[in-house]
Amino acid sequence: MSVTIAGVTFRNPVMTASGTFGSGMEYAEFIDLSQLGAVVTKGVSNIPWPGNPTPRVAEVTAGMLNAIGLQNPGIDVFIERDLAFLKEIDTKVIVNVCGKSVEDYLEVVRRLQEEPVDMLEINVSCPNVKEGAIAFGQNPDALYDITEKIKRVAAQPVIMKLTPNVTDITQMARAAEDAGADAISLINTITGAKIDIEKRQFVLANRTGGMSGPAIKPVAVRMVWQAAQAVSIPVIGMGGIATAEDAIEFMMAGASAVAVGAMNFHNPYATVEIARGMEDWCARHGVERVADLTGIVAG
Amino acid sequence: MKKKTTMTVADSRRIAQEIWSLELAYAPGEAPDQVRPGQFAGIYPAAADLLLMRPISICRWDPARSVLRFVYRAAGRGTTTLTGLKAGDRVDMLGILGNGYDLDALAGRRVLLLGGGIGIPPMLELAASLSACKNENKNTQVTAILGYRDGDLFLKEEMEAFADVLVATEDGSAGTKGNVLDVVREKGIEADVICACGPLPMLRAVRRYAAENGIRAFLSLEERMACGVGVCLGCVTGTTKVDEHSRVHNARVCVEGPVFDAEDVAL
Ligand SMILES: Cc1cc2nc3c(=O)[nH]c(=O)nc-3n(C[C@H](O)[C@H](O)[C@H](O)COP(=O)(O)OP(=O)(O)OC[C@H]3O[C@@H](n4cnc5c(N)ncnc54)[C@H](O)[C@@H]3O)c2cc1C
Ligand SMILES: Cc1cc2nc3c(=O)[nH]c(=O)nc-3n(C[C@H](O)[C@H](O)[C@H](O)COP(=O)(O)O)c2cc1C
Ligand code: FES
Repeated sequence: MSVTIAGVTFRNPVMTASGTFGSGMEYAEFIDLSQLGAVVTKGVSNIPWPGNPTPRVAEVTAGMLNAIGLQNPGIDVFIERDLAFLKEIDTKVIVNVCGKSVEDYLEVVRRLQEEPVDMLEINVSCPNVKEGAIAFGQNPDALYDITEKIKRVAAQPVIMKLTPNVTDITQMARAAEDAGADAISLINTITGAKIDIEKRQFVLANRTGGMSGPAIKPVAVRMVWQAAQAVSIPVIGMGGIATAEDAIEFMMAGASAVAVGAMNFHNPYATVEIARGMEDWCARHGVERVADLTGIVAG
Repeated sequence: MKKKTTMTVADSRRIAQEIWSLELAYAPGEAPDQVRPGQFAGIYPAAADLLLMRPISICRWDPARSVLRFVYRAAGRGTTTLTGLKAGDRVDMLGILGNGYDLDALAGRRVLLLGGGIGIPPMLELAASLSACKNENKNTQVTAILGYRDGDLFLKEEMEAFADVLVATEDGSAGTKGNVLDVVREKGIEADVICACGPLPMLRAVRRYAAENGIRAFLSLEERMACGVGVCLGCVTGTTKVDEHSRVHNARVCVEGPVFDAEDVAL
């Protein structure tokens, strides 16, 4: 069931989607973290970020909107507390990095150089913060520039996390690859909004939020397929994965690994159940290596 | 230990207009060791397109039967789907969540419970627990003031088993006309500590009242939740001190709350 991405071998292809799993401490009460391919942590910035006003979450049909605004304690506390916790766990660790300026990102990436981290995932795709983040992911030149700068200082392989809120995902995927990214991951959330018609106002304080959950899966599958066609670096697929069959679908579209996000909220055991389900599916279908599924529909 | 479990409906019934009582039984061996008043559970509506759990306070815990009781308002689609449940049906539940009340801070004192509307249910379990404290600490006194919109009262009789109960109604059809603090002022009720749950304007007023009168107060807060266990950071409330998790001024209601010392929150 193992898969290898940029020289890092994961026990199985199932990872946690950033921001839906903290640093694993809370869900360690529900599942054995060592059964995951990797724990991908909540976005961390150079200094603590307070995030957005509440309400920050809303439910929509077969999904949810969030506008957390990347609340996080900053890199110091993250290293001291979260990485210290993860170091003791037998799983791969991917740290998701966010920032307002290129220099913010570089500071975090530098601070992680000597830390026990297997890969970095660079969030250039959060729709919920006003500066930085998504701006880097919606312009191929800006994406190229930040990717190249991060690659110069990163000690670990770099995954660029892409936003679906663009006209042509292949352009972004190529920009990341050309600048030296080791892998790409997608999709981050799709910008959406919900209005409370009785109150005649937006449900979220931020008005708009990022949509995730089963409702976005077809969009995600399409984009993973398009991106995987456009580049030769590995793709980590996510967006609405709820079952092992969903995960297999992403693999067939071109993903080398997958991540589970909002479904953790519906079912805290979702990640390990999906990993087990993928193994069963492969056994039933005579698939020897799960990695053989990657991109088999691509033609 | 927190978990998602399948519970069996032991009882489901309407107890007032739009207000329902739901008893859920744990499967053998599944019950938690301890349930604190003020804690809550996440109930998953049985509708395929609804992803998130509904946070509902624990209204009663019966360890002998392993049964949790909830009292909820049919507020929107999720809670409305719960009203169709019948004894024997299965319901998925995430629990037990939140911090709950610290009974040590309340035992031996004159405790005033203030429940406004659908904030009343958690006050019942709290009153019951405090009533049990009375056996050990005779000085514990419990007064409960329950605020309703109108004369369609619920949980009042059950509450009378554990506390001196007073009532306020917005329309004056029962008890004092006005809100729970109007009763406090009208009757000149004194207390060492206040525990309150209800709508935000009520909690703000209680916070102000407690500060003005030098009374310690604990408030049970509500926020929109996604995970219920502290990972999504959806449910935060502003705090006066730097919070433990993110080191900003935003604590998670689902983990650090829902019960907060009134002095610690910026409502
Ligand atoms: C800690 C806590 C304890 C609670 N205890 C009780 C209780 O004992 N009895 C009771 O009747 N209600 C209680 N509530 C409120 C209850 O959670 C909401 O009324 C319920 O979630 C509404 O769901 P819905 O699908 O019917 O409404 P919808 O409006 O359709 O819900 C849409 C989404 O918004 C969320 N939501 C809507 N209103 C609230 C709210 N007031 N608070 C939090 N989330 C909300 C829902 O969970 C859902 O995710 C509590 C809330 C919290 C946070
Ligand atoms: C509450 C919440 C918080 C998130 N926070 C982050 C984050 O900090 N960094 C990031 O790159 N993506 C974040 N995401 C996006 C997810 O990692 C994922 O890309 C997206 O939700 C789609 O997957 P899903 O449909 O399985 O949830 C967040 C998503 C949710 C729902
Ligand atoms: S609901 Fe997710 S942190 Fe509280």
